[in-house]
Amino acid sequence: MGNSSSGKVQKERSMLLQKVMIANHFKKLSTAHADNKKVVYTFVPGNLNELIRAFDMLPVHPEINALQSAMRKKSAGYIREAEKYGHSEDVCTYVKCDVGMLKSGNIGPTGEKLPEPDLLLLSYTGCFTFLKWFEILRQEYDCPVVVLQVPYQGDGEITPEMTAYVAKQLREEVVPVMEKISGNKLDEEKLRRLLDSSARAESDLVEILESARHKPSPIDAYFGGVYYIGPIFTAFRGLETCEEYYRVLRSEVEDRLKKGQGPITPEGPLNEEKYRLVVEGPPNWTSFREFWKMFHEESAVVVASSYTKVGGIYDTGFRHNSAEPFESLAKYCLGCYTNLNLPSRIDLLEKYIRDYSADGFLINSIKSCNSFSAGQLLILRELEDRTGKPGGFIESDLVDPRYFSAANIKNRLESYFQMLDSRIQEASVN
Amino acid sequence: MDCYIGIDLGSTTSKAIYMDPDGNLLGRGITNSRSNYHLACEIAEEEAENNSRFAMLEKDICSDPQCKGKSADIMAWILSKYKLAEHKAQLDALREICFKDIDSWQDPLAASLYREITGKIFTGMEEATTALFQPGAVMKSDFFRDIATGQFMELAQEQIREHMEKISFERLIGVFDKGIIRVESVSFARAFQENIDFAYRQIKDLPDFAPFADKIHAAVKTASQQVFNIKSKVGTGYGRQRLPFEKSQIRSEILCHGLGAHYMFPKTRTVLDIGGQDTKAIQVDAQGIVKNFQMNDRCAAGCGRYLGYVADEMNMGVHELGPTALKATKVVRINSTCTVFAGAELRQRLSLGEKREDILAGLHRAIILRAMSLLARSGGVRNEFTFTGGVAKNRAATKALRKLVDENYGKLKINISPDSIFTGACGAALFARS
Amino acid sequence: MNNTNSTVTQIIETCERLYNDLDFSYVKNWKQTHAGKAVGFMPIYVPREIVHAAGMLPVGLMGAGDLLEIIKGDAYFQSYICQIPRSTIEMAISNRLDCFDGMLFPAICDVIRNLSGMWKLMFPEKYARYMDFPQNFRPEVGGEYYHQELIILLKDMATLSGAKVTQDQLRQSVRLYNENRAVIRELYDLRSADPHLVPTYELYLIMRASNILEVSEHTAMVRDYLGAVRSEKRPERDNIRVVLSGVFCEQPPLALIRALENSGCFIVEDDWVLGARYLLKAVATEGDPLENLAAAYLKDTVKTASRYEEDGAKGSYLIDLVEKTRAEGVIFAAPSFCDPALLERPMQQEALKRADIPYTSFKYSESSGQFQVIKEQTGTFADSIKLWGSV
Repeated sequence: MGNSSSGKVQKERSMLLQKVMIANHFKKLSTAHADNKKVVYTFVPGNLNELIRAFDMLPVHPEINALQSAMRKKSAGYIREAEKYGHSEDVCTYVKCDVGMLKSGNIGPTGEKLPEPDLLLLSYTGCFTFLKWFEILRQEYDCPVVVLQVPYQGDGEITPEMTAYVAKQLREEVVPVMEKISGNKLDEEKLRRLLDSSARAESDLVEILESARHKPSPIDAYFGGVYYIGPIFTAFRGLETCEEYYRVLRSEVEDRLKKGQGPITPEGPLNEEKYRLVVEGPPNWTSFREFWKMFHEESAVVVASSYTKVGGIYDTGFRHNSAEPFESLAKYCLGCYTNLNLPSRIDLLEKYIRDYSADGFLINSIKSCNSFSAGQLLILRELEDRTGKPGGFIESDLVDPRYFSAANIKNRLESYFQMLDSRIQEASVN
Repeated sequence: MDCYIGIDLGSTTSKAIYMDPDGNLLGRGITNSRSNYHLACEIAEEEAENNSRFAMLEKDICSDPQCKGKSADIMAWILSKYKLAEHKAQLDALREICFKDIDSWQDPLAASLYREITGKIFTGMEEATTALFQPGAVMKSDFFRDIATGQFMELAQEQIREHMEKISFERLIGVFDKGIIRVESVSFARAFQENIDFAYRQIKDLPDFAPFADKIHAAVKTASQQVFNIKSKVGTGYGRQRLPFEKSQIRSEILCHGLGAHYMFPKTRTVLDIGGQDTKAIQVDAQGIVKNFQMNDRCAAGCGRYLGYVADEMNMGVHELGPTALKATKVVRINSTCTVFAGAELRQRLSLGEKREDILAGLHRAIILRAMSLLARSGGVRNEFTFTGGVAKNRAATKALRKLVDENYGKLKINISPDSIFTGACGAALFARS
Repeated sequence: MNNTNSTVTQIIETCERLYNDLDFSYVKNWKQTHAGKAVGFMPIYVPREIVHAAGMLPVGLMGAGDLLEIIKGDAYFQSYICQIPRSTIEMAISNRLDCFDGMLFPAICDVIRNLSGMWKLMFPEKYARYMDFPQNFRPEVGGEYYHQELIILLKDMATLSGAKVTQDQLRQSVRLYNENRAVIRELYDLRSADPHLVPTYELYLIMRASNILEVSEHTAMVRDYLGAVRSEKRPERDNIRVVLSGVFCEQPPLALIRALENSGCFIVEDDWVLGARYLLKAVATEGDPLENLAAAYLKDTVKTASRYEEDGAKGSYLIDLVEKTRAEGVIFAAPSFCDPALLERPMQQEALKRADIPYTSFKYSESSGQFQVIKEQTGTFADSIKLWGSV
């Protein structure tokens, strides 16, 4: 989701494309108000990018700002700043990083100042903290807030009532506010075109993610996956550039697949796939490359991950659908990974372990994120029982470097990989 | 003789194991870890080599029909005299270093005064040494650092009482502290031949042993001339990242503990290791292959370090905690297993009039409760259950563990080996052999 | 327990028994004598009227305080997660919650939300439902959604109890809970007027009893208490008046509650056992009861961290409470790792600063065994207000 940092990295066309997309987006943001463009702050899970773009507005995603700050080693300072303002050390570091950034001048990842929001679109999907986050931001900005409540899949399903509730909020709350702020009526035709484009990119993304079923996998579906989901999870879904990105990426992946090549990593291509893993939980951003390297050194490839589903689970069939624009946006929001109940999450992870022939699975337990983390120890136990595959458990945080102990994590990972190794060897003997 | 070496570089102690090609344990060595990991490994290894030689010597003497009934005595004397020689060498070196340090001072008056007093202290230490290494004597620690520190402190305090106005205790201790670090960076373990000869000379003319002198001499000669042909070495432990080994010669602590526990107790299925820095719950199969494991999270509450913290808070030595806790008549419930809060809770319990031993019993239970959580996360406790690590030596901890295992998993066989500290090194030696 | 004219001591002893009884004997007895079922619920609020109307006993569960040693519960949660789910799981796996035929998990935070899924996996034979409450408060949007939720809940409760639930039964339950809310209001008013008459310790235990007792029994108990306490001669004390905020879910241990008062603070308003006071006005008893319950939830409720605040005037509700109760300061107490309370706190503090209302803050956990530091802190807070009127 971010620009990969320094070092000699094998750049593919898709990587360069993404870089240009991000740079252009932030450039547009930096002159948004001068260009008379309206700016919407909103969250990644269950985002309404097609709707925002239909009104020709520009989105800003606070989580992305926070993770970008972390990758640029700025988050520690921002978090300290927020804690100075009375935020507890116990709470979500995305929020604190964002608040700290705001208090320090709101400079975005490209070094340009981010525009103030014209609208806070609180799409309250799968994370309680979002609600508080925008209450906090609201204190700082004098702008309207519109809430889109997405009911949780408590019983593991999306009922017609849930869809109707979200669609109704879209029609009766979100759209009228957007019309008022943008000064334009909703162009339904444009929305439909954007949704069709989304669906095409989504289908390409699914092909890319599912390429990891092959041995060796041509992609890493966690560390690499984070880049692959970047455009579609954020500001670009529905746009022509996004479609192009996934077309290009798909052909690159298919090419690697044909040649039997492994994933490309910052440490170079990984062609000797030794372990296949499924990973649950978000990555750590402050030491992202270091973390990835620990897998690369052991020739471990992540073949599927739940984190790459937080902005939509497309591989179980969902596509945005222009035939029912609001209902499909509603179903999209309702279906994000963070909105699944615990049993559904376990079912999905179990399916990944089986479908992607994983040797084991790893849980990265994130201190900041109770939505992900509460219950992960039960997930661990259930998955081990159901699949017989060993689970590893490590702890870190999203953007607080104080919670990434490299030696500790490396120790656990090495132990885990060696255990996998001895189990694989034993299995091959018997 | 062909042999295999396993090394476990821990946070507080470093251990080494010598193993023969059939998987028999030849000898083991232990030393306190220090900032120089390389040296810690080397010393542990040399200790293990010496220990192997002792084992040979013992076997030789014990199997000799002539020495029957006397062999245990002979070995006790040889060992104590050997240790005495080793200790003396270190003490001499320490004195040298301390003098050298004092001699380099700018102020000649102060230097001559401190030299005189330090000299007196060392004389006192030397005089006490022979008594310390009597056969059968029980020592608080096997490590030179611990023994010397205790002695120096005591004697320094005496000197302070005498020369109150003239010398500063801090300055005196400063000399010692600098010296001991430097002594620790030298290995004294190489001198097996020299030390065993010293020991032999000390006892050969004693009326009790004179009749066996020839036999002893022959056995000592064989043991010291034994050549160990090291086929392979594997390292593990907390400091394994810094082991001077190839990656292929390094195994994780988890695998080594699993296999080591299986080696010591072949029916082991679950292993709990509570060390200084972390706690591990490990599930192994019938071959000692690790099936699953969990380590403590960021929170250090369940580790040995927590006990150290509690000891400081209570103004006690760590080794006193267990025996005190065993005197408890009830177990006070300690809710804050958090190290940050535990201190405040301790003080509050004490101020409420709870007895120290009852609080300590509660603390031991709290630590074991953390371990129980980890065990549950790793898949529970299965028969047989082996408990290893530094905390396994603490009887209050083992008592709490037995009770909780009984209550939650039923009657299981719980194995605690007095040598459990060598479990990881054992596993490493087995990996070296395989 | 319907004996009237009990003394204060007797009432409080009853409450203490209920509080300390982690085996829920009251619930077991109730089930036996009424041949009925019991449904547990987590904080903060559920429409208990619907459970009650179905002939079942709704029981509020608020962790195990410091009464239970957590032996297995820790295996399910990382160290950075609060205590209440641990003790709840501990109670469940040690069979203490066997007497509950169902569990409701209201939307309050992601931990309790995920606990609902854990429940479904761990106790598949038991009814368990996560209840999402509306964060949109327009009747035709959020109201309609919530009405649907209530219809589902009613259907489920009827199935669980095996009885058909009539509109009249619902209205009757609403009436009983209205009465209960009214006497509780009276209790809070009395405490605010004469805090020395209603010690925090007693009020707290009476509120905790509302979690367990059948509602009309609880109403009777509060009435008895009000009657008895008004005639008590209790010494006035030179305490400051404070509002306590942030204790709506995981509860402070009883000894901590006592320590706060002993440190020199009269708590004249609080947010513990908030579910019993969530609806500020009587729910209408004419017309469709479910629609009435839904309407009551949308407006005229307390404001609390798990409920989105629409108008953007963060802190105004708390400041109103301070003014209404003539409080001299606010104590923010939050459980460690409690996202709602801790994220809310800086916003509230900002508002208090602007309004020149002194405050102090601390964190606790339900099992916390030490609060000497907290007591010193709130004692200093009280002293400085007494001396200088501020901190």
